[in-house]
Formats: sequence, C-alpha cells, structure tokens
Amino acid sequence: MATETEDRAESTVLEQVVIRFAGDSGDGMQLAGTQFTAASALFGNDLATLPNFPAEIRAPAGTIAGVSAFQVHIADWDILTPGDHPDCLVTMNPAALKANFDDLRPGALIIANSDAFNERNLEKAGYETNPLEDGSLDGYHVLTAPMEELTKEALIGSGVTGRAVLRSKNFFALGLLSWMYQRPLEPIDSWVTHKFGEGEPVSNANLAALHAGYNYGITTEEFHHTYVVNPAPLPAGEYTSVNGHQALAWGLIAGAKAAQLELFLGAYPITPASPVLELLSRQRHFGVKTFQAEDEIAAIGAALGASFTGHLGVTVTSGPGMALKSEMLTLAFITELPLIVIDVMRAGPSTGMPTSTEQSDLLFAMYGRPGEVPLPVIAALTPSDAFATAIEAARIATKYMTPVILLSEAYIANASEPWRLPDLDNLPEFPVEQATRPNEGSVFLPYLRDPDTGARPWAIPGTPGLEHRLGGLEKQNLTGNVSYDPENHALMTELRARKIEAIANDIPPLEVYGDEDAALLVLGWGSTFGAIRAATIRARDDGLEVAHAQLKYLNPFPPNLGEVLEGRDKILIPELNSGHLAKLIRAEYLVETESLSKVEGDPFKAVEIEDQIRLVTKEIA
Amino acid sequence: MAYTRADFQTDQEVRWCPGCGDYTILASLQNFLAEMDVEREKHVFISGIGCSGRVPYYMNTYGLHSIHGRAPAVATGVAVANPDLQVWVITGDGDGLSIGGNHLIHALRRNVNLKILLFNNQIYGLTKGQYSPTSEQGKVTKTSPLGSLDYPFNPISLALGAEATFVARTIDMDRKHTASVLEAAVDHDGSAFIEIYQNCNVFNDKAFEELTGKETRDENRIYLEDGEPILFGPNDEFGVTMGRRGAEIVATAAAGMDTIHTHNAADPDPTAAFALSRLSHGPHGPTPIGVFRNAERSVYEDLMTDQIAEAQAKRGEGDLAALLRSGGSWIVD
Repeated sequence: MATETEDRAESTVLEQVVIRFAGDSGDGMQLAGTQFTAASALFGNDLATLPNFPAEIRAPAGTIAGVSAFQVHIADWDILTPGDHPDCLVTMNPAALKANFDDLRPGALIIANSDAFNERNLEKAGYETNPLEDGSLDGYHVLTAPMEELTKEALIGSGVTGRAVLRSKNFFALGLLSWMYQRPLEPIDSWVTHKFGEGEPVSNANLAALHAGYNYGITTEEFHHTYVVNPAPLPAGEYTSVNGHQALAWGLIAGAKAAQLELFLGAYPITPASPVLELLSRQRHFGVKTFQAEDEIAAIGAALGASFTGHLGVTVTSGPGMALKSEMLTLAFITELPLIVIDVMRAGPSTGMPTSTEQSDLLFAMYGRPGEVPLPVIAALTPSDAFATAIEAARIATKYMTPVILLSEAYIANASEPWRLPDLDNLPEFPVEQATRPNEGSVFLPYLRDPDTGARPWAIPGTPGLEHRLGGLEKQNLTGNVSYDPENHALMTELRARKIEAIANDIPPLEVYGDEDAALLVLGWGSTFGAIRAATIRARDDGLEVAHAQLKYLNPFPPNLGEVLEGRDKILIPELNSGHLAKLIRAEYLVETESLSKVEGDPFKAVEIEDQIRLVTKEIA
Repeated sequence: MAYTRADFQTDQEVRWCPGCGDYTILASLQNFLAEMDVEREKHVFISGIGCSGRVPYYMNTYGLHSIHGRAPAVATGVAVANPDLQVWVITGDGDGLSIGGNHLIHALRRNVNLKILLFNNQIYGLTKGQYSPTSEQGKVTKTSPLGSLDYPFNPISLALGAEATFVARTIDMDRKHTASVLEAAVDHDGSAFIEIYQNCNVFNDKAFEELTGKETRDENRIYLEDGEPILFGPNDEFGVTMGRRGAEIVATAAAGMDTIHTHNAADPDPTAAFALSRLSHGPHGPTPIGVFRNAERSVYEDLMTDQIAEAQAKRGEGDLAALLRSGGSWIVD
C-alpha cells in the first residue's frame, strides 16, 4: 500500500478490493454493479463478479427477503474469484446492511444511504435501534450520504418528477463509488446515453444523479480519502467482459459454425437458464432457430426433431427441467443423434432455491435415466470457459452421434470476468459430413458404424435413397430394424457404451497445477475452479505443498485421471453438493477421498478451501 | 415420380392384430402417398407410443418412432428445421389426447405444417385394454371394472378449441373418404388434425358400429361438403340448422331447405364448426364426418423463415467477431 496526494484528495493504492452493492431488488443494484464493473474493465483491472438476487421479482420492499446484491472483485493482478469478504459495502437500506453485514471483513468500509435508515425500514429489517448511530458499527469505517434527498435535488429540471426520481438513486451511489475508487465516468455516461436515448428524461436523470454522486464525493470532506486499484498486467489482446450465459450462447453459435450446421435451440423458460434462450433469440441473423416450447419435454423433443433433420439441436434448462427431459434423452441416445443438453444447475431439490447455485445435478447427469444410457458429461469451469465448452459439446455430439450433457451453473452463468477474445481463425473446425449415399452396396444401413468413432451415419430426411426409420424400440445391429433378440440387445448395449467410453481417447489429459507430486491433491470439477485455484495459490505462497486438478470432462473421465490420483496421501474434493464427484472417484478408482461439501446456495469462498487445505496438510504431516 | 403402393411398403412384418383397423389406414396412407406429387424422401412420419406408433416402421420413408405423446413436439423440430418436408404425425387417443394432449394443442395453435392423424379407437390397445380419454363414461375395462368415471374428450371439439386451422374426421373402413380427407389436409397450409375412427376388434370391437354397420351407416353419417347445405339420410331427408343454440338436426321437408346450414369450412370464426362437432358424442346417432374447418392462418415455420430473412436483411448475416464484441471491448497492450 502506498499513499499519495492527488488534488485535494488522499488516495490509497490497493492491489485489490471487493465491493458489494446491496439494496432492495427494485433499487437497481445489479445495474449499478454491472456498470461499475464495466468501467473497471475498461480501466484495465482484472475482475470477477457475483450477483445475488432473490427468486421473487419484487419481494416486499425494505425486507431482508427482498435484498439484491452484486459483488465485484477488482485487482491489479490475475484474480480467480469474486472475493471472499467485501472490503466495501454500499447499502441502500437497513435490510441490505443486515443481510450482508456478516460477510464483511473486519473494519470494512460501509457506505450507507442514510435516508433509508428511518424507523419504518429499521423495523422491517429487524433493527431496534439505528445501527448507523448506536455504535454497533464501531470498528467499521462508516460513511453516510442522504442519497435520496441528494438525488431529488440533482434531478430538478431533468424532466423526471414524482416518485420516479428515486429510481435514479442507484446512479447516485454509482457516481459516489466511482469517485471513491477513481473510476472514469465516461464509459457509464455513454452507456446511459446509448441505453436510454440521448436527451431522454430518464437519460438526463440518470446522468444527473451519476455526476451528482461523483461531485458529492469531491466536495464532501468525509469522502476525501479515495482508493486506486491500478490496471492488471493481463496478457496483451482484445478483451470483453462476459458472463457464463453469454459465453455459452456465443459458444453454441461458434460450435454450430464449426460443425457447419444450423443451430436449433428448443427451450422452456426456467431460472436460471432462460437468458441463454433470450440471448439466442436475438441472433436470428445468424440463422439461429429458437423455439420457446410449451414445456421442457417439447423443448428437447423439438431439438431432437431438428437434429434428426440435420441441425445442431440444443436444449437448455435447469434441474427440474432435466428431470422432465430424461425420457427424451434416452430416445436421443438410442437413436444416436447429436444433441446438446445444457443444465444450468441451481439449488434443489424440486424448486429449491432457483436463483442460488449448486453442483447437485452431477449424479443425475451421470445416471438419471432408466435403462443403460451412458452419456458424455462436460462442465464449464469459468464464465468465459463456457464458450469453449459449448464448442466442445458440439464436437463430441456430432463426431460421436450422441447427446452430450453440458453442465453450467447459476454462479458462472451470472458471474462475469474479462475475457481475452479468441482468435476466430483458430477456432476448432469439425465440419459434419452427413450421409448422401448407401453405405453397403446399394443398401443403406443406418447402424453401420464408423470403425474409428463407433458413430453411425447421419442421413437426414430429404436425402433420396437413404429412407430409414429410427425409434425407441431396440435396434437391430446394422439395419436399425426393431429387434427383441436378447443377444442383439446385449451387443447394442455394449456398442453404445463402448462408443461413449472411447471418447476418453479424444479429450485432453487432466492437467495438474502446483506441486505435481504433492501428497495432497485437491480435485474439483466445473465452477469451483476459481476458488480452488485461488486457495491453492495462497497455500503454496505460504509454503504448503499442494496439487490442484479441475475436471471439465466428467464422463468419460480423462484417461490419465487414474495416474493423477495415484500415490496421494489425501484427495480433497470440494463440491457444492454432498459429495457426488467423491462418490464417482471412489467407485471408479477405489481410492479414499475426502469431501469438502457446501450446499448453502453460494459458491465456495477461496478461504474455505484454503482452511481445509491447511487442516488436511497438518493431518498428513 | 410414378410411385406404387409397394414403394411405400417396408420389408418389416406388419404386426397389428388380425382384423385391426390400422391395416386399412396403413393401406389408405400408402396408396395416397403413391398418388401424391411429393418425392418419397421428403415424407417424414413421426409417431408416439401405442398401436398407431408402429406406422413409421411400415412406411418406406423417413420416420421416427418417438416417445409417448411427444410426436407433435419432435415433428415441430423436423418441420422447423426443414419446411420443405412433408411431415406426418401418427398418434392415437391415448398418445395424443392423454399423455400428449399438451403438445397436440400447442402444435395446433402454432399452426406448424404437420398432418396429424389421430387413430381413435377409444381404448388403450397396446397395453391390452384400459379405458382411454375418449372411452365413454361408465365403460367397463380392466382398470374400470365398475365403469369408468372419466368424462371423455370430443377430439374434434378439442382441436377446434385449440383453434386448429384444419380439422377433419374420417373412418378407417371408408378408404375413399379417408383419401379425400388426406388430400384436403395436404393441400392445406399449416396444421391438419384428422380424427380417424379406428376399430379395435380385440379390446373395443364395434365402437363405431352405428357409423360403419350396413344397417345404420346411411342414416348416421353426415357428410360435410364445403359450400353445400348439410343434408343426410338415404334421401337427404334430414338436415342441420345453425341457430343461436348451436347446430340442430331437423327433418328437411318440415324445416324447409332455406333453413338448412350451408357448410363453410373456410370460415375464419370456428364457432359453426364447433357447433357441428357437438352434434354427436360417443359417437351415437348422426355424426358429421369430413372437413369441419379449413381456414387460413400464417404457418409457424414460414414465420420463422421470414423472421430470419428479415433479420439478415436488416443486420446482415451473423458475424461472430461482431457478436463477441457486442458488449464492448478494450485492448490491453
């Protein structure tokens, strides 16, 4: 930390800061957080975000149930998580303070909208006295501003009047924070103008509030101490900020392009997966066909019909939708048609906590189907990694003629990070060759397999001479005719399973980070990548010997996984479930594992894993 | 493109019970396809589960025997992916009206270009004789030993309620009539729903006897002909009027020809067609067969194609590089 003087303000240089914006779900905290993030990205910081919002669109105002929050971690170094404990909380009302206070690091900065700390709101949040005044925040650095009054004043003449004025108070907070953390306002200015229209009253109001907040910081004594987080030394290149939903949607377009197929998405709105349908619905000019189905089954059914007809069929859902899709998934499996089924996991069971994150669909993705139905299962590791994961799903589905399950998760779907744009000329290409002529003399055998991949030919309706029938009844080998022959059933079961198993030879080996031969291996999968890697780095910086490996391929596992597990004293498996991967590893490799389970609807904090690494390391010693 | 029925037959043994109405429907279909002006490879048959579900295996075209009730959903994907195909959905009263009722009504309201043939035998045949959603109340079956409590669907009313643009009824044994209805269905742009009364001689024999028996059929079949007054009976001695209380059967002579309703299948308002569908339940007594409704409405997959073309005209063909930068980008040196 260094201190320098700039203008009249004292400025502290920070390596990193974690800021959380919290307010009522109607207070526009997601927007304030997103814009603060965008400005930070343009400024050159590395960053990671974590939105947290209630399942209800408008829970009663002022209550804890209605609190919506957005956390951003900005740093001058390459960070991996949205941060464990906020260094700064922007709280728009008492409920937001109450709901988020326990997460703050000791001594954190609290910036409160004092106008909202009135008797009524204090009571709704369950405070008997005003925490801003009763000394309960002693030890914290508390700054207050009457944000509502100041916003009202700033908006005089903007064209916005009445209660609508208060809607701009998030921009006041954003302006104040932009001052406190020395963010440039220009990117936010141009976003507002672009979003709400130049000269429009809403535009004027938001800009007025934004600048009023910034200027309040400049002119008010108690806000004179500002903080600077310098740009991070990121690898050179062109960057954008993406969340997991965007990366996934774009990856599907890229995957279809790589396969030289048209993209068909069948989906039914479900939290938290709907944004993928929304994002792709806007891409008609790519030829993308999106179909909002009457239910989850129709969504996958139509996607399968499109696959049968030669498109890249995709469906996207979350846990409850997966349950409904499982029968159609078995049909896709036996008809051996390519299909991508995306599960943006959320906290279950049943409706569970729809906006919260969890990794608890892993065993369902692996086994949740009647009959012998092994399917490839892959998971995105970070928000931006969803792009490559979607392309990989398209590759596996079309090369092996099989449905593929892609696991995303509420956390990475909504979290964003800077992403160095890939070189589009170097993206994978795997053009699909659909069958055009008979494959056995003058006869077409729909189940005559490619000797290398085990895939059957894909002959699409409209192709003369290749007319054939698919269906859910057991297929006779080669001809695809209905067969109830016991030996044929055994053979087909084996052929189908072997095809999926062999994909292991066509995926990259599992990489081990850190101390490759360490007695302790931390093994994770999917979205826990950032938290585990950050914990591993911290532990190693402290002199501990740790290895970390993160699985993207859950079925089949990478071929070297057995070797990676071999000879460890401890295999620690952190998961946002009750130990699904641990169960799979024990079953498959007959090794002891130790689970670190978390099912609280939130992602891991790096410190939770770090603490466990320390504990386990001690045990080993 | 001179096809014969044999061009549409597969080498698979047809395995319905001897005497099943499905044989007749299959023959009607194959004969009809042979006469159609559509290449064989453009036909796609999508079915669900039940006796009707086996049809694709017997049609030498593209086909997919899908899962129970979901054929309209799968077929929607086929039609949207390639609007040049002639897509058929083969379903039954259990498949299409019970487990798959939702998909059926949604395909109809969207007006996807599917020709949906619902084989209605008023029983579950493949599972060996349980009551179906079209079985009459009180029906004694294996799962309703004291009589079924369920009030049945009238499939024509249901389809019209979902605002299907083409709704017709025919009878398995009447191959000529079946062919005429199929022809009207394929000429129609959009969803076509055809209820086919199909006799299950094993579990529900003679369910449609009043319409098929030599003694009774002439007095009970009300043939709907577009643009014609609705008259029936061996000598047109009966007719149908359309009043405020719906459709009614009258004696032609007593009521006078000028009171008889002239059928207008193209009527954008489905009310009269719905009234006609209420004339018979069961079916008992005089029952309309033929095309109830044949109205125009935009077709789902055409709208999709248009939307894509419009978006490309407006924004140019999709550019992935631009898409990745749609949220703004910055350079790190």
